[in-house]
Amino acid sequence: MRRDIFQAIADPTRRAIIALIAVQAMTPNAIAENFNSTRQAVSKHLRILTECELVKQAHNGREIYYSLEIKKMKEIDQWLEQFRQIWETRFNQLDHVLTTIKKRKK
Amino acid sequence: MNASLFFDFTVNKEDNTIHIQREFAANLPLVWRAWTESELLDQWWGPQPWRAETKTMDFRVGGYWLYAMVGPAGEKHWSRADYLTIDQEKSFSQRDGFCDENGTINPAFPQNLMTNSFLQQEKTTLVNMLLRFDSFEALEATIAMGFKEGMTTDFNQLDELLNRQKAL
Repeated sequence: MRRDIFQAIADPTRRAIIALIAVQAMTPNAIAENFNSTRQAVSKHLRILTECELVKQAHNGREIYYSLEIKKMKEIDQWLEQFRQIWETRFNQLDHVLTTIKKRKK
Repeated sequence: MNASLFFDFTVNKEDNTIHIQREFAANLPLVWRAWTESELLDQWWGPQPWRAETKTMDFRVGGYWLYAMVGPAGEKHWSRADYLTIDQEKSFSQRDGFCDENGTINPAFPQNLMTNSFLQQEKTTLVNMLLRFDSFEALEATIAMGFKEGMTTDFNQLDELLNRQKAL
């Protein structure tokens, strides 16, 4: 099943996890200490984030460290930035249309 | 770019909405026409190098606007906007989707809701837009489908064009 990246980051806990591991790679236990939810709940969030390729795992002995996949996060912002630019372009074109009509009226 | 006109683009990833606000240097009736008459929409709705080409438009609740986004090489992507609510010169809402040239919606692509409100200010008109997507992946699909080619256009080129026109 293909996960929806944006649904993944829509969840406040998952966004908080992203913010935590953006600073440094962390184990699930260390991440769970920051939340009132159970270790199982945090593991589930981590699994979703991993499936979306928003986080990556690194094994160090018996511990698994989670860190942020920065490239993927940037991709999301790029889509939104493109969308913003589409509207900016449209609006600038609309400015021109309005100016032209107003001139014609005079 | 017109730096003096207010523009805000706020993404809310929690509820899959984008809130856009933009001021226009014209009075409300004219701005309203530019958003609701096909001859005017065709002049600005297609972001360069795309242009919008209306096939039919019926601006009524239950009616729809059928148009193509025509690309630089003449390729056409058909879209359809169904009008859900209209409050004359105040606000209207529409559902947008991709379709074929006969207006048959392509269910493989997500649809999104757009509500536009218009507010007369002292010297300008403020347009408030609320775009609601099923998911942001739907937005990704919208952009990929509608504007894949040509979005790398040099926006400076457009700025120049606008400045030249202003100088005339």
